[in-house]
Amino acid sequence: MRLSRSAKSVLGVLTALVLLFIYGPLLLVVVNSFNADRTFGWPPKGFTLEWWGRAFESEGVRQALMASLGVAVVSTAVSLVLGTLLSLALQRYKFFGRDVVNLLVILPIALPGIVTGIALNNMFTTILGVSLSMWTVIIAHATFCMVTVFNNVIARLRRMNGGLEEASFDLGAGVFTTFRLVTFPQLRSALLAGGLLAFALSFDEIIVTTFTIGAGETTLPIWILQNLFRPNQAPVVNVVAVVLILVSIVPIWLAQRLSADSVGVGAGRDGAGRAAKATAG
Amino acid sequence: MALQTQPGTRPGRGTAPGTAVVPRARTNTFSALLHRHPRLRLAGLLTAPAGWLVLVYVAALAALLITALWTVDTFTGKVTQSWTLANVVQVVTDPVYQIITLRTLWIALAVTVIDMVIALPISFFIAKVATERWQKLLVVAVLMPLWASYLVKAYAWRNVLAEGGLLEWLGTPLGLHSPGYSETAVILTLSYIWLPYMILPIHAGFERVPDSLLEASGDLGAKPWTTMRLVMLPILVPSIIAGTIFTFSLSLGDYITAQIVGGTTQMLGTVVYANVGAANNLPFASAVSLIPIAIVMIYLFVVRRTGALENL
Repeated sequence: MRLSRSAKSVLGVLTALVLLFIYGPLLLVVVNSFNADRTFGWPPKGFTLEWWGRAFESEGVRQALMASLGVAVVSTAVSLVLGTLLSLALQRYKFFGRDVVNLLVILPIALPGIVTGIALNNMFTTILGVSLSMWTVIIAHATFCMVTVFNNVIARLRRMNGGLEEASFDLGAGVFTTFRLVTFPQLRSALLAGGLLAFALSFDEIIVTTFTIGAGETTLPIWILQNLFRPNQAPVVNVVAVVLILVSIVPIWLAQRLSADSVGVGAGRDGAGRAAKATAG
Repeated sequence: MALQTQPGTRPGRGTAPGTAVVPRARTNTFSALLHRHPRLRLAGLLTAPAGWLVLVYVAALAALLITALWTVDTFTGKVTQSWTLANVVQVVTDPVYQIITLRTLWIALAVTVIDMVIALPISFFIAKVATERWQKLLVVAVLMPLWASYLVKAYAWRNVLAEGGLLEWLGTPLGLHSPGYSETAVILTLSYIWLPYMILPIHAGFERVPDSLLEASGDLGAKPWTTMRLVMLPILVPSIIAGTIFTFSLSLGDYITAQIVGGTTQMLGTVVYANVGAANNLPFASAVSLIPIAIVMIYLFVVRRTGALENL
Protein backbone atom coordinates (compact mmCIF):
# COMPACT_ATOMS: atom_id res chain seq x y z
CA MET A 1 0.00 0.00 0.00
CA ARG A 2 1.52 3.31 -1.06
CA LEU A 3 0.02 6.51 0.30
CA SER A 4 0.35 9.65 -1.74
CA ARG A 5 2.41 12.51 -0.31
CA SER A 6 -0.68 14.61 0.20
CA ALA A 7 -2.47 11.82 2.09
CA LYS A 8 0.54 11.52 4.38
CA SER A 9 0.64 15.24 5.08
CA VAL A 10 -3.12 15.34 5.72
CA LEU A 11 -2.65 12.58 8.32
CA GLY A 12 0.32 14.44 9.80
CA VAL A 13 -1.68 17.66 10.13
CA LEU A 14 -4.57 15.72 11.70
CA THR A 15 -2.21 14.20 14.26
CA ALA A 16 -0.81 17.63 15.09
CA LEU A 17 -4.35 18.97 15.54
CA VAL A 18 -5.26 16.10 17.87
CA LEU A 19 -2.14 16.72 19.94
CA LEU A 20 -3.19 20.37 20.16
CA PHE A 21 -6.66 19.18 21.24
CA ILE A 22 -5.07 16.91 23.86
CA TYR A 23 -2.62 19.41 25.33
CA GLY A 24 -4.42 22.72 24.76
CA PRO A 25 -6.89 22.48 27.66
CA LEU A 26 -4.21 21.23 30.07
CA LEU A 27 -1.90 24.09 29.08
CA LEU A 28 -4.78 26.49 29.56
CA VAL A 29 -5.06 25.41 33.20
CA VAL A 30 -1.33 26.05 33.64
CA VAL A 31 -1.61 29.50 32.01
CA ASN A 32 -4.70 30.38 34.05
CA SER A 33 -2.89 29.56 37.28
CA PHE A 34 -0.79 32.67 36.50
CA ASN A 35 -3.74 34.67 35.10
CA ALA A 36 -4.54 37.84 37.04
CA ASP A 37 -8.18 37.56 35.89
CA ARG A 38 -10.36 35.51 38.26
CA THR A 39 -12.92 34.36 35.68
CA PHE A 40 -10.83 32.31 33.20
CA GLY A 41 -11.24 35.10 30.60
CA TRP A 42 -9.17 34.85 27.45
CA PRO A 43 -6.73 36.36 26.57
CA PRO A 44 -5.17 36.61 30.08
CA LYS A 45 -5.23 40.09 31.58
CA GLY A 46 -1.91 39.93 33.36
CA PHE A 47 0.68 37.77 35.06
CA THR A 48 0.53 37.06 38.79
CA LEU A 49 2.08 34.65 41.29
CA GLU A 50 -0.57 35.46 43.89
CA TRP A 51 -2.55 32.22 43.41
CA TRP A 52 0.54 30.04 43.79
CA GLY A 53 1.42 31.90 46.99
CA ARG A 54 -2.11 31.48 48.34
CA ALA A 55 -2.12 27.78 47.51
CA PHE A 56 1.18 27.20 49.33
CA GLU A 57 -0.13 29.00 52.41
CA SER A 58 -3.46 27.18 52.43
CA GLU A 59 -3.74 24.73 55.33
CA GLY A 60 -6.59 22.86 53.59
CA VAL A 61 -4.51 22.25 50.46
CA ARG A 62 -1.54 21.00 52.49
CA GLN A 63 -3.67 18.56 54.49
CA ALA A 64 -5.39 17.29 51.37
CA LEU A 65 -2.02 16.80 49.66
CA MET A 66 -0.70 14.79 52.62
CA ALA A 67 -3.86 12.66 52.72
CA SER A 68 -3.60 11.95 48.97
CA LEU A 69 0.06 10.97 49.24
CA GLY A 70 -0.68 8.68 52.21
CA VAL A 71 -3.58 6.93 50.50
CA ALA A 72 -1.58 6.51 47.27
CA VAL A 73 1.48 5.07 49.03
CA VAL A 74 -0.45 2.52 51.13
CA SER A 75 -2.78 1.38 48.35
CA THR A 76 0.20 1.07 45.96
CA ALA A 77 2.01 -1.12 48.50
CA VAL A 78 -1.03 -3.38 48.96
CA SER A 79 -1.68 -3.62 45.23
CA LEU A 80 1.99 -4.46 44.54
CA VAL A 81 1.81 -7.51 46.81
CA LEU A 82 -1.61 -8.69 45.63
CA GLY A 83 -0.97 -7.96 41.94
CA THR A 84 2.33 -9.85 41.93
CA LEU A 85 0.87 -12.90 43.69
CA LEU A 86 -2.06 -12.95 41.30
CA SER A 87 0.04 -12.63 38.15
CA LEU A 88 2.35 -15.44 39.30
CA ALA A 89 -0.68 -17.66 39.97
CA LEU A 90 -2.36 -16.94 36.63
CA GLN A 91 0.76 -17.09 34.48
CA ARG A 92 2.38 -20.18 36.00
CA TYR A 93 -0.56 -22.46 36.71
CA LYS A 94 -3.58 -23.81 34.95
CA PHE A 95 -6.51 -24.36 37.26
CA PHE A 96 -10.27 -24.54 37.35
CA GLY A 97 -11.78 -21.05 37.37
CA ARG A 98 -8.66 -19.38 35.95
CA ASP A 99 -10.68 -17.47 33.33
CA VAL A 100 -13.10 -16.28 36.01
CA VAL A 101 -10.26 -14.87 38.10
CA ASN A 102 -8.83 -13.28 34.96
CA LEU A 103 -12.14 -11.50 34.34
CA LEU A 104 -12.43 -10.56 38.02
CA VAL A 105 -9.20 -8.55 37.92
CA ILE A 106 -10.29 -6.35 35.05
CA LEU A 107 -13.82 -5.89 36.40
CA PRO A 108 -12.92 -2.99 38.74
CA ILE A 109 -11.65 -0.99 35.75
CA ALA A 110 -14.16 -2.28 33.17
CA LEU A 111 -17.19 -1.31 35.26
CA PRO A 112 -17.89 2.42 35.61
CA GLY A 113 -16.22 3.99 38.66
CA ILE A 114 -19.57 4.94 40.10
CA VAL A 115 -20.57 1.26 40.29
CA THR A 116 -17.40 0.35 42.20
CA GLY A 117 -17.94 3.42 44.36
CA ILE A 118 -21.54 2.78 45.32
CA ALA A 119 -20.98 -0.99 45.71
CA LEU A 120 -18.19 -0.40 48.23
CA ASN A 121 -20.06 2.44 49.94
CA ASN A 122 -23.07 0.19 50.35
CA MET A 123 -20.99 -2.70 51.65
CA PHE A 124 -19.12 -0.59 54.20
CA THR A 125 -22.07 1.43 55.51
CA THR A 126 -25.15 -0.80 55.09
CA ILE A 127 -23.83 -4.35 55.21
CA LEU A 128 -20.77 -4.16 57.48
CA GLY A 129 -21.70 -1.06 59.43
CA VAL A 130 -18.13 0.31 59.21
CA SER A 131 -17.82 4.09 59.30
CA LEU A 132 -16.08 5.55 56.25
CA SER A 133 -12.50 6.76 56.69
CA MET A 134 -9.19 6.97 54.88
CA TRP A 135 -8.89 3.20 55.36
CA THR A 136 -12.03 2.49 53.35
CA VAL A 137 -10.56 4.71 50.61
CA ILE A 138 -7.34 2.68 50.69
CA ILE A 139 -9.22 -0.63 50.41
CA ALA A 140 -11.17 0.72 47.44
CA HIS A 141 -8.06 2.11 45.71
CA ALA A 142 -6.02 -1.07 46.23
CA THR A 143 -8.81 -3.03 44.53
CA PHE A 144 -8.48 -1.21 41.22
CA CYS A 145 -4.74 -0.41 41.49
CA MET A 146 -4.09 -4.15 41.57
CA VAL A 147 -4.90 -4.29 37.84
CA THR A 148 -2.02 -2.04 36.74
CA VAL A 149 0.51 -4.05 38.76
CA PHE A 150 -1.02 -7.30 37.52
CA ASN A 151 -0.84 -6.20 33.86
CA ASN A 152 2.78 -5.09 34.09
CA VAL A 153 4.01 -8.15 35.97
CA ILE A 154 2.15 -10.71 33.87
CA ALA A 155 3.48 -9.11 30.67
CA ARG A 156 7.00 -9.49 32.05
CA LEU A 157 6.42 -13.08 33.22
CA ARG A 158 5.26 -14.05 29.72
CA ARG A 159 8.57 -12.85 28.28
CA MET A 160 10.73 -14.28 31.03
CA ASN A 161 12.98 -17.26 30.55
CA GLY A 162 11.59 -20.00 32.79
CA GLY A 163 14.76 -22.04 32.33
CA LEU A 164 16.59 -19.81 34.81
CA GLU A 165 14.17 -20.73 37.58
CA GLU A 166 14.44 -24.39 36.76
CA ALA A 167 18.20 -24.11 36.85
CA SER A 168 17.93 -22.46 40.23
CA PHE A 169 15.78 -25.31 41.57
CA ASP A 170 18.16 -27.86 40.08
CA LEU A 171 21.04 -26.19 41.87
CA GLY A 172 19.19 -26.68 45.13
CA ALA A 173 17.70 -23.27 45.79
CA GLY A 174 14.34 -23.40 47.55
CA VAL A 175 11.12 -21.75 46.42
CA PHE A 176 11.76 -18.55 48.37
CA THR A 177 15.44 -18.31 47.52
CA THR A 178 14.64 -18.72 43.84
CA PHE A 179 12.04 -15.99 44.01
CA ARG A 180 14.39 -13.64 45.84
CA LEU A 181 17.47 -14.20 43.69
CA VAL A 182 16.10 -15.22 40.29
CA THR A 183 12.48 -14.18 39.74
CA PHE A 184 12.36 -10.90 41.65
CA PRO A 185 15.41 -9.27 39.98
CA GLN A 186 13.81 -9.91 36.60
CA LEU A 187 10.49 -8.46 37.76
CA ARG A 188 11.97 -5.37 39.41
CA SER A 189 11.43 -2.81 36.64
CA ALA A 190 7.98 -4.19 35.85
CA LEU A 191 7.06 -3.81 39.52
CA LEU A 192 8.40 -0.27 39.56
CA ALA A 193 6.42 0.63 36.43
CA GLY A 194 3.25 -1.00 37.74
CA GLY A 195 3.71 0.62 41.12
CA LEU A 196 4.19 4.09 39.63
CA LEU A 197 1.04 3.69 37.53
CA ALA A 198 -0.88 2.49 40.58
CA PHE A 199 0.39 5.48 42.55
CA ALA A 200 -0.72 7.94 39.86
CA LEU A 201 -4.07 6.19 39.50
CA SER A 202 -4.75 6.40 43.23
CA PHE A 203 -3.37 9.93 43.66
CA ASP A 204 -5.91 11.59 41.42
CA GLU A 205 -8.88 9.22 41.69
CA ILE A 206 -12.12 11.06 42.42
CA ILE A 207 -15.27 8.99 41.79
CA VAL A 208 -14.63 5.95 43.99
CA THR A 209 -13.03 8.25 46.58
CA THR A 210 -16.17 10.39 46.82
CA PHE A 211 -18.20 7.34 47.79
CA THR A 212 -15.75 5.80 50.25
CA ILE A 213 -14.24 8.77 52.10
CA GLY A 214 -15.28 9.74 55.62
CA ALA A 215 -17.16 12.96 56.31
CA GLY A 216 -14.85 15.94 56.78
CA GLU A 217 -11.82 14.23 55.25
CA THR A 218 -10.33 15.41 51.95
CA THR A 219 -7.87 14.23 49.35
CA LEU A 220 -6.54 16.67 46.76
CA PRO A 221 -9.17 15.77 44.11
CA ILE A 222 -11.93 16.04 46.73
CA TRP A 223 -10.57 19.46 47.73
CA ILE A 224 -10.75 20.60 44.10
CA LEU A 225 -14.32 19.38 43.76
CA GLN A 226 -15.35 21.13 46.98
CA ASN A 227 -13.81 24.44 45.95
CA LEU A 228 -14.57 24.29 42.23
CA PHE A 229 -17.83 26.18 42.40
CA ARG A 230 -16.66 28.86 44.83
CA PRO A 231 -15.75 31.85 42.63
CA ASN A 232 -13.40 33.12 45.32
CA GLN A 233 -11.30 29.95 45.28
CA ALA A 234 -11.29 29.34 41.50
CA PRO A 235 -7.74 30.67 40.87
CA VAL A 236 -6.30 28.55 43.70
CA VAL A 237 -8.09 25.52 42.23
CA ASN A 238 -6.11 26.16 39.05
CA VAL A 239 -2.85 25.94 40.99
CA VAL A 240 -3.89 22.71 42.72
CA ALA A 241 -4.94 21.29 39.34
CA VAL A 242 -1.47 22.05 37.95
CA VAL A 243 0.11 20.31 40.96
CA LEU A 244 -2.17 17.33 40.34
CA ILE A 245 -1.12 17.19 36.66
CA LEU A 246 2.55 17.28 37.59
CA VAL A 247 2.36 14.71 40.40
CA SER A 248 0.47 12.24 38.22
CA ILE A 249 2.38 12.79 34.98
CA VAL A 250 5.93 12.55 36.34
CA PRO A 251 5.51 8.98 37.69
CA ILE A 252 3.86 8.00 34.40
CA TRP A 253 6.70 9.44 32.42
CA LEU A 254 9.12 7.40 34.53
CA ALA A 255 6.97 4.28 34.21
CA GLN A 256 6.84 4.67 30.42
CA ARG A 257 10.61 4.94 30.26
CA LEU A 258 10.97 1.86 32.43
CA SER A 259 8.56 -0.27 30.45
CA ALA A 260 9.91 0.99 27.11
CA ASP A 261 13.26 -0.12 28.43
CA SER A 262 12.08 -3.59 29.16
CA VAL A 263 10.24 -4.12 25.87
CA GLY A 264 13.51 -4.15 23.95
CA VAL A 265 15.04 -7.61 23.59
CA GLY A 266 18.43 -6.29 24.66
CA ALA A 267 17.14 -4.97 27.93
CA GLY A 268 15.36 -8.23 28.63
CA ARG A 269 18.58 -10.17 28.04
CA ASP A 270 20.45 -7.76 30.23
CA GLY A 271 17.92 -8.33 33.00
CA ALA A 272 18.27 -12.08 32.62
CA GLY A 273 22.04 -11.67 32.67
CA ARG A 274 21.88 -9.74 35.92
CA ALA A 275 19.63 -12.38 37.41
CA ALA A 276 22.05 -15.10 36.37
CA LYS A 277 24.86 -13.19 38.03
CA ALA A 278 22.80 -12.78 41.18
CA THR A 279 22.25 -16.53 41.35
CA ALA A 280 25.89 -17.29 40.70
CA GLY A 281 27.02 -14.85 43.36
CA MET B 1 6.38 -23.09 32.00
CA ALA B 2 7.41 -26.53 33.06
CA LEU B 3 8.63 -25.87 36.57
CA GLN B 4 6.55 -28.54 38.18
CA THR B 5 6.30 -31.09 35.40
CA GLN B 6 9.69 -32.77 35.56
CA PRO B 7 9.86 -35.02 38.57
CA GLY B 8 13.43 -35.95 37.76
CA THR B 9 14.67 -32.46 38.56
CA ARG B 10 13.15 -32.31 42.01
CA PRO B 11 15.71 -32.33 44.77
CA GLY B 12 15.15 -34.79 47.58
CA ARG B 13 14.14 -37.65 45.26
CA GLY B 14 16.42 -40.61 44.87
CA THR B 15 16.43 -40.26 41.08
CA ALA B 16 17.92 -36.77 41.14
CA PRO B 17 21.56 -36.84 40.15
CA GLY B 18 22.53 -33.92 42.38
CA THR B 19 22.32 -35.71 45.71
CA ALA B 20 24.52 -33.03 47.27
CA VAL B 21 21.58 -30.60 47.33
CA VAL B 22 19.38 -32.84 49.46
CA PRO B 23 20.60 -31.69 52.89
CA ARG B 24 20.11 -28.09 51.87
CA ALA B 25 16.51 -28.70 50.90
CA ARG B 26 15.94 -30.33 54.27
CA THR B 27 17.16 -27.31 56.16
CA ASN B 28 14.09 -25.43 54.99
CA THR B 29 11.30 -27.97 55.15
CA PHE B 30 8.54 -25.48 54.36
CA SER B 31 10.26 -24.44 51.16
CA ALA B 32 10.80 -28.10 50.28
CA LEU B 33 7.15 -28.85 50.95
CA LEU B 34 6.10 -26.04 48.67
CA HIS B 35 8.50 -27.27 46.04
CA ARG B 36 7.06 -30.76 46.07
CA HIS B 37 3.45 -29.62 45.88
CA PRO B 38 2.63 -27.23 43.04
CA ARG B 39 -1.01 -27.09 44.21
CA LEU B 40 0.14 -25.81 47.58
CA ARG B 41 2.25 -23.14 45.87
CA LEU B 42 -0.73 -22.13 43.78
CA ALA B 43 -2.92 -21.90 46.88
CA GLY B 44 -0.31 -19.73 48.56
CA LEU B 45 -0.17 -17.39 45.59
CA LEU B 46 -3.88 -17.25 44.90
CA THR B 47 -5.48 -17.06 48.35
CA ALA B 48 -4.71 -13.45 49.23
CA PRO B 49 -5.45 -11.68 45.91
CA ALA B 50 -8.43 -13.84 44.90
CA GLY B 51 -9.76 -13.63 48.44
CA TRP B 52 -9.44 -9.85 48.34
CA LEU B 53 -11.23 -9.60 45.00
CA VAL B 54 -14.03 -11.90 46.10
CA LEU B 55 -14.48 -10.51 49.63
CA VAL B 56 -14.13 -6.85 48.73
CA TYR B 57 -15.38 -6.61 45.20
CA VAL B 58 -17.64 -9.53 44.30
CA ALA B 59 -19.28 -9.41 47.71
CA ALA B 60 -19.85 -5.68 47.29
CA LEU B 61 -21.44 -6.16 43.86
CA ALA B 62 -23.66 -8.93 45.20
CA ALA B 63 -24.63 -6.80 48.17
CA LEU B 64 -25.51 -3.98 45.78
CA LEU B 65 -27.91 -6.27 43.96
CA ILE B 66 -29.56 -7.27 47.23
CA THR B 67 -29.75 -3.73 48.59
CA ALA B 68 -31.66 -2.69 45.48
CA LEU B 69 -34.44 -4.98 46.77
CA TRP B 70 -34.58 -3.33 50.20
CA THR B 71 -36.20 -0.08 51.28
CA VAL B 72 -35.45 2.97 53.34
CA ASP B 73 -37.53 3.61 56.44
CA THR B 74 -38.93 7.06 55.70
CA PHE B 75 -39.11 7.81 59.42
CA THR B 76 -35.59 6.88 60.60
CA GLY B 77 -33.81 7.23 57.25
CA LYS B 78 -32.16 3.83 57.83
CA VAL B 79 -32.12 0.97 55.34
CA THR B 80 -34.58 -1.75 56.36
CA GLN B 81 -34.42 -5.27 55.05
CA SER B 82 -37.97 -5.61 53.81
CA TRP B 83 -37.97 -7.13 50.36
CA THR B 84 -39.57 -5.24 47.51
CA LEU B 85 -39.23 -4.84 43.77
CA ALA B 86 -40.57 -1.28 43.94
CA ASN B 87 -37.18 0.40 43.38
CA VAL B 88 -36.32 -1.68 40.36
CA VAL B 89 -39.82 -1.32 38.92
CA GLN B 90 -39.74 2.44 39.38
CA VAL B 91 -36.33 2.77 37.71
CA VAL B 92 -37.46 0.76 34.70
CA THR B 93 -40.96 2.19 34.24
CA ASP B 94 -40.79 5.81 35.41
CA PRO B 95 -40.48 8.01 32.26
CA VAL B 96 -38.08 10.36 34.10
CA TYR B 97 -35.54 7.58 34.51
CA GLN B 98 -36.21 6.20 31.04
CA ILE B 99 -35.31 9.59 29.57
CA ILE B 100 -32.18 9.85 31.73
CA THR B 101 -31.14 6.31 30.71
CA LEU B 102 -31.63 7.12 27.02
CA ARG B 103 -29.73 10.40 27.38
CA THR B 104 -26.85 8.64 29.13
CA LEU B 105 -26.78 5.96 26.41
CA TRP B 106 -26.80 8.65 23.73
CA ILE B 107 -23.92 10.51 25.38
CA ALA B 108 -21.87 7.30 25.78
CA LEU B 109 -22.56 6.34 22.17
CA ALA B 110 -21.67 9.79 20.80
CA VAL B 111 -18.45 9.85 22.82
CA THR B 112 -17.52 6.38 21.55
CA VAL B 113 -18.13 7.29 17.89
CA ILE B 114 -16.25 10.60 18.16
CA ASP B 115 -13.26 8.92 19.80
CA MET B 116 -13.25 6.14 17.21
CA VAL B 117 -13.28 8.65 14.34
CA ILE B 118 -10.39 10.59 15.88
CA ALA B 119 -8.37 7.58 17.05
CA LEU B 120 -8.33 5.61 13.77
CA PRO B 121 -6.41 8.06 11.54
CA ILE B 122 -4.10 9.16 14.36
CA SER B 123 -3.15 5.63 15.36
CA PHE B 124 -2.68 4.75 11.69
CA PHE B 125 -0.35 7.71 11.21
CA ILE B 126 1.67 6.91 14.32
CA ALA B 127 1.98 3.17 13.65
CA LYS B 128 2.38 3.04 9.87
CA VAL B 129 3.34 6.44 8.42
CA ALA B 130 5.58 8.25 10.91
CA THR B 131 9.31 7.51 10.96
CA GLU B 132 10.56 5.33 13.79
CA ARG B 133 11.96 8.22 15.81
CA TRP B 134 8.68 10.13 15.59
CA GLN B 135 6.70 6.99 16.42
CA LYS B 136 8.20 6.72 19.90
CA LEU B 137 7.78 10.44 20.58
CA LEU B 138 4.18 10.47 19.39
CA VAL B 139 3.19 7.41 21.40
CA VAL B 140 4.51 9.01 24.57
CA ALA B 141 2.93 12.36 23.66
CA VAL B 142 -0.48 10.78 23.14
CA LEU B 143 -0.36 8.50 26.16
CA MET B 144 1.04 10.83 28.83
CA PRO B 145 -2.21 12.73 29.39
CA LEU B 146 -4.03 9.38 29.64
CA TRP B 147 -3.02 9.30 33.26
CA ALA B 148 -3.48 12.98 34.02
CA SER B 149 -6.28 13.38 36.49
CA TYR B 150 -9.77 12.81 35.16
CA LEU B 151 -10.95 15.61 37.39
CA VAL B 152 -8.35 18.04 36.12
CA LYS B 153 -9.28 17.27 32.53
CA ALA B 154 -12.95 17.97 33.18
CA TYR B 155 -11.88 21.07 35.05
CA ALA B 156 -9.67 22.15 32.14
CA TRP B 157 -12.73 22.10 29.90
CA ARG B 158 -14.57 24.27 32.41
CA ASN B 159 -11.77 26.74 31.73
CA VAL B 160 -12.02 26.31 27.95
CA LEU B 161 -15.82 26.62 27.86
CA ALA B 162 -16.07 29.48 30.37
CA GLU B 163 -17.97 32.61 29.43
CA GLY B 164 -15.45 34.89 27.72
CA GLY B 165 -13.02 31.94 27.74
CA LEU B 166 -10.74 30.44 25.12
CA LEU B 167 -13.35 28.69 22.97
CA GLU B 168 -15.52 31.78 22.68
CA TRP B 169 -12.46 33.84 21.77
CA LEU B 170 -11.47 31.28 19.10
CA GLY B 171 -15.00 30.85 17.75
CA THR B 172 -16.13 34.47 17.49
CA PRO B 173 -14.08 35.38 14.37
CA LEU B 174 -15.48 32.24 12.68
CA GLY B 175 -19.02 33.05 13.75
CA LEU B 176 -19.22 30.00 16.02
CA HIS B 177 -20.71 29.95 19.49
CA SER B 178 -19.26 28.13 22.46
CA PRO B 179 -21.73 25.45 23.64
CA GLY B 180 -21.36 26.81 27.17
CA TYR B 181 -22.06 24.38 30.02
CA SER B 182 -24.50 21.93 28.39
CA GLU B 183 -25.07 18.39 27.13
CA THR B 184 -22.85 19.14 24.10
CA ALA B 185 -20.15 20.25 26.52
CA VAL B 186 -20.47 16.91 28.36
CA ILE B 187 -20.04 14.96 25.10
CA LEU B 188 -17.06 17.10 24.08
CA THR B 189 -15.37 16.81 27.46
CA LEU B 190 -15.95 13.07 27.82
CA SER B 191 -14.59 12.51 24.28
CA TYR B 192 -11.53 14.46 25.35
CA ILE B 193 -11.10 12.54 28.59
CA TRP B 194 -11.47 9.02 27.15
CA LEU B 195 -9.68 9.59 23.82
CA PRO B 196 -6.33 8.07 24.91
CA TYR B 197 -8.20 4.94 26.09
CA MET B 198 -9.36 4.50 22.48
CA ILE B 199 -6.02 5.35 20.87
CA LEU B 200 -4.06 2.91 23.06
CA PRO B 201 -5.66 -0.40 21.92
CA ILE B 202 -6.15 0.77 18.31
CA HIS B 203 -2.51 1.79 18.05
CA ALA B 204 -1.49 -1.61 19.44
CA GLY B 205 -3.79 -3.17 16.80
CA PHE B 206 -2.13 -1.27 13.92
CA GLU B 207 1.27 -2.34 15.24
CA ARG B 208 0.20 -5.96 14.86
CA VAL B 209 -0.71 -5.54 11.15
CA PRO B 210 2.40 -6.78 9.27
CA ASP B 211 3.77 -4.31 6.71
CA SER B 212 4.29 -7.17 4.27
CA LEU B 213 0.54 -7.76 4.18
CA LEU B 214 -0.06 -4.12 3.21
CA GLU B 215 2.65 -4.29 0.57
CA ALA B 216 1.21 -7.50 -0.85
CA SER B 217 -2.20 -5.91 -1.06
CA GLY B 218 -0.72 -2.87 -2.84
CA ASP B 219 1.27 -5.07 -5.23
CA LEU B 220 -1.87 -6.95 -6.12
CA GLY B 221 -3.38 -3.66 -7.24
CA ALA B 222 -5.51 -2.61 -4.26
CA LYS B 223 -5.88 1.11 -3.72
CA PRO B 224 -4.95 2.34 -0.20
CA TRP B 225 -8.63 2.67 0.71
CA THR B 226 -9.36 -0.91 -0.35
CA THR B 227 -6.37 -2.19 1.61
CA MET B 228 -7.59 -0.38 4.69
CA ARG B 229 -11.09 -1.76 4.35
CA LEU B 230 -10.30 -5.35 3.39
CA VAL B 231 -6.92 -6.02 5.01
CA MET B 232 -6.48 -3.75 8.00
CA LEU B 233 -10.01 -3.36 9.31
CA PRO B 234 -10.68 -7.09 9.93
CA ILE B 235 -7.43 -7.34 11.93
CA LEU B 236 -8.30 -4.19 13.86
CA VAL B 237 -11.85 -5.10 14.91
CA PRO B 238 -10.91 -6.61 18.32
CA SER B 239 -8.75 -3.57 19.14
CA ILE B 240 -11.50 -1.15 18.17
CA ILE B 241 -14.00 -3.02 20.31
CA ALA B 242 -11.54 -3.04 23.21
CA GLY B 243 -11.37 0.75 22.89
CA THR B 244 -15.15 1.09 22.80
CA ILE B 245 -15.45 -0.94 26.01
CA PHE B 246 -13.51 1.79 27.78
CA THR B 247 -15.11 4.86 26.22
CA PHE B 248 -18.63 3.44 26.40
CA SER B 249 -18.53 2.00 29.89
CA LEU B 250 -16.59 4.88 31.41
CA SER B 251 -19.00 7.42 29.92
CA LEU B 252 -22.03 5.46 31.13
CA GLY B 253 -21.11 5.91 34.77
CA ASP B 254 -20.03 9.52 34.65
CA TYR B 255 -21.45 12.20 36.87
CA ILE B 256 -18.49 14.45 37.67
CA THR B 257 -18.12 15.77 34.13
CA ALA B 258 -21.87 16.35 34.01
CA GLN B 259 -21.54 18.27 37.27
CA ILE B 260 -18.60 20.38 36.11
CA VAL B 261 -19.46 21.25 32.50
CA GLY B 262 -23.00 19.88 32.08
CA GLY B 263 -25.01 22.74 33.50
CA THR B 264 -28.32 21.07 34.32
CA THR B 265 -27.62 17.88 32.33
CA GLN B 266 -28.65 14.77 34.29
CA MET B 267 -27.04 11.41 33.70
CA LEU B 268 -27.55 8.04 35.45
CA GLY B 269 -24.52 8.81 37.61
CA THR B 270 -26.07 12.10 38.72
CA VAL B 271 -29.15 10.24 39.96
CA VAL B 272 -27.05 7.63 41.79
CA TYR B 273 -24.92 10.33 43.41
CA ALA B 274 -27.93 12.38 44.48
CA ASN B 275 -29.56 9.31 46.07
CA VAL B 276 -26.45 8.28 47.99
CA GLY B 277 -25.82 11.80 49.24
CA ALA B 278 -28.66 14.28 49.58
CA ALA B 279 -31.65 11.93 49.29
CA ASN B 280 -30.01 9.22 51.44
CA ASN B 281 -31.79 6.43 49.61
CA LEU B 282 -29.14 3.78 49.05
CA PRO B 283 -31.57 1.07 47.86
CA PHE B 284 -32.86 3.35 45.11
CA ALA B 285 -29.31 4.41 44.16
CA SER B 286 -28.41 0.70 43.94
CA ALA B 287 -31.40 0.05 41.69
CA VAL B 288 -30.35 2.88 39.35
CA SER B 289 -26.75 1.67 39.25
CA LEU B 290 -27.97 -1.74 38.05
CA ILE B 291 -28.75 -0.13 34.68
CA PRO B 292 -25.12 0.67 33.73
CA ILE B 293 -24.00 -2.67 35.20
CA ALA B 294 -26.53 -4.54 33.06
CA ILE B 295 -25.62 -2.56 29.93
CA VAL B 296 -21.86 -3.10 30.39
CA MET B 297 -22.35 -6.81 31.16
CA ILE B 298 -24.50 -7.28 28.05
CA TYR B 299 -21.91 -5.43 25.99
CA LEU B 300 -19.02 -7.50 27.38
CA PHE B 301 -21.04 -10.68 26.78
CA VAL B 302 -21.79 -9.71 23.17
CA VAL B 303 -18.19 -8.85 22.30
CA ARG B 304 -16.43 -11.61 24.24
CA ARG B 305 -16.12 -13.85 21.16
CA THR B 306 -14.35 -11.17 19.11
CA GLY B 307 -11.23 -11.46 21.24
CA ALA B 308 -11.59 -7.86 22.40
CA LEU B 309 -11.20 -8.73 26.07
CA GLU B 310 -7.64 -9.93 25.46
CA ASN B 311 -6.86 -6.51 23.98
CA LEU B 312 -7.87 -4.51 27.02
